[in-house]
Amino acid sequence: MLLEIKNLHAEINGKEILKGIDLTVNAGEVHAIMGPNGSGKSTLSSVLVGNPMFDVTEGSVRFGGKDLLELEPEDRSREGIFLSFQYPVEIPGVSMVNFMRAALNEHRKYKGLDPISASDFLKLMREKRAIVELDNKLASRSVNEGFSGGEKKRNEIFQMAMLEPKLAILDETDSGLDIDALRVVANGVNQLRTPENAAIVITHYQRLLDYIKPDFVHVLYKGRIVKSGGPELALELETKGYDWLKENE
Amino acid sequence: MQDSNAIINEVTNSDYKYGFVTDIDTELIHRGLNEQTVRIISAKKEEPEWLLEFRLKAFRHWQTLEMPDWAHLNIPPIDYQDIIYYAAPKQKEGPKSWDDVDPELVKTFDKLGIPLHERAQLAGMAVDAVMDSVSVKTTFKEVLAEKGIIFCSFSEAVRNYPDLVKQYLGTVVSYRDNFFAALNSAVFSDGSFVYIPKGVRSPMELSTYFRINAANTGQFERTLIVADDESYVSYLEGCTAPMRDENQLHAAIVEIIALERAEVKYSTVQNWYPGDKDGKGGIYNFVTKRGICKGEGSKISWTQVETGSAITWKYPSCILAGDNSVGEFYSVAVTNNHQQADTGTKMIHLGKNTKSRIVSKGISAGFSQNSYRGLVKVSPKAVNARNHSQCDSLLLSSTCGAHTYPYVDIQNETAVVEHEATTSKISEDQLFYCQQRGIGVEEAVGLIVNGYAKEVMNKLPMEFAVEAQKLLTISLEGSVG
Repeated sequence: MLLEIKNLHAEINGKEILKGIDLTVNAGEVHAIMGPNGSGKSTLSSVLVGNPMFDVTEGSVRFGGKDLLELEPEDRSREGIFLSFQYPVEIPGVSMVNFMRAALNEHRKYKGLDPISASDFLKLMREKRAIVELDNKLASRSVNEGFSGGEKKRNEIFQMAMLEPKLAILDETDSGLDIDALRVVANGVNQLRTPENAAIVITHYQRLLDYIKPDFVHVLYKGRIVKSGGPELALELETKGYDWLKENE
Repeated sequence: MQDSNAIINEVTNSDYKYGFVTDIDTELIHRGLNEQTVRIISAKKEEPEWLLEFRLKAFRHWQTLEMPDWAHLNIPPIDYQDIIYYAAPKQKEGPKSWDDVDPELVKTFDKLGIPLHERAQLAGMAVDAVMDSVSVKTTFKEVLAEKGIIFCSFSEAVRNYPDLVKQYLGTVVSYRDNFFAALNSAVFSDGSFVYIPKGVRSPMELSTYFRINAANTGQFERTLIVADDESYVSYLEGCTAPMRDENQLHAAIVEIIALERAEVKYSTVQNWYPGDKDGKGGIYNFVTKRGICKGEGSKISWTQVETGSAITWKYPSCILAGDNSVGEFYSVAVTNNHQQADTGTKMIHLGKNTKSRIVSKGISAGFSQNSYRGLVKVSPKAVNARNHSQCDSLLLSSTCGAHTYPYVDIQNETAVVEHEATTSKISEDQLFYCQQRGIGVEEAVGLIVNGYAKEVMNKLPMEFAVEAQKLLTISLEGSVG
């Protein structure tokens, strides 16, 4: 198995958000995590990539056989975990080209490979840019600076294409996207699917799942996975909303 | 929060690579400064009477002055009688060939990445290497001479080209200019001299590399660059010093004269020893640099990357006397730990249609203080003067300070003067974003800082841009906050 989360508890500023998550993801699978606002969806993705704002208080996470929680955030990335941020950060002055080359070469170094040559790198950039229809002009600008909401999300998927992660976590990638941008982003994600990699798609709405077909759907509520099922669960949620969760309390 | 502060501290604790001392026989004179000291220095250099007179006038004037205290700097009292004003590595009189240069000296400069053997040289770069008070060796002199370019140590220029030196010495920075200028004019020991004849473009970068080695000494060098009509030269200066617990004084003067349509590009990578983490030791860098665009359509461009020194007091300036002349100042000043810098420029518009541009990027970390101080002055006769100033500050800790003091003095109503300023911080979100892509915190800081300073770094000669980029990253190791 690729990812195994057991009884994961995490808190921020002393407030417990995740209250015992269990989740197993195998290569080739797409898992959707749905749930109302404040249920802990983004906390889960933050904890998996090692965001220092959150403290893990209990439980374990294994990734590719390694103890994920022991790894620095940059090493988790180099091991193959990629997060498409809900709110990608702007880094003025650092061009996308330099940023991506630095990232790619760090990944290569971790694998014991030499830095990529300038011409191979530019070729790769061109090829991967096409997947999300990212303009060349954007690629030569500073990281996310002056990008529209849709461009930022496309830029996230472009970076994912460049780094070819084993596990991609898409955190509310559909938020703030119009229907055309959503289609471009989803197409990009689908093109990158292989039997060797996996994805966790975090979303509030069923809409994204029309384009990215999940194998499993999980409902997160108050820090716990309260229900799991196949793609039909997402449709059920779409018609019923999340209110039934509260009634079950 | 605390975690990331710890990371940031780790990243900015710097490691100074050039802190070694060369064990070499050094000729020193006694400590202290009086008229006799000035005479001894002049005699050691076998100077003509007029130069001794110049020194003595400067010394007498210096005695009437007080150290300036207007900068945003906390300078501990300096005992000028406790400094050795002349130190020379002992070697046979004026190295004529390679066999005469002490191998220890060659080794030292090799270690600093400055090969003195011409065959080992970077292509397209001639070097004058100055250790303590004297010039050790100037490379490629013969190649340059074919074009009529003079590039030699200051002492040699006094011997071989006394008329040129006499004509220009002190014409841009008078010994009356300020306390440190007077001190330098009295006791300067060596430095570089450059003359580019009419219509000649220097076929290579000229460069002086300054090294302080001896203890308890001050370094007082002087550089004089004269670019005759329609000539061009790009000049680069670098500097390092050993790590010592005592502070050492460096008070230099650089004068540039650009005649009609001449262009001089002067770049500095200043990496004097900055002191340790707790602010102990380090160089006091009190320097007066000024150029005059004397001729019509001439241009002087200063680029500086300042990462070293415990205290920096330095304002490379341009006097735009010729009509249509252009002055530029591009600066990156990094302060970390307990370093202090008060640096900037003066653009003095005298001629018609003169233009100036100022780009200053301050980066502060640790407990350092980093100030930009600049003056844009437009005189009554400077019709249609233009200036654009941009001063940005980047803060890497919450315990450092960044300050901007822009002065504007406009006496002609046709002037257009613009000033922009920004202050920013490297956020934890930015660092985490980089980490999530596999870039460690240290590399991320380097990437962001170099991106921030790009506009200035791009102005450096190619050969040095990469070195300077590394230097920026190293200077900030252990600092992010």
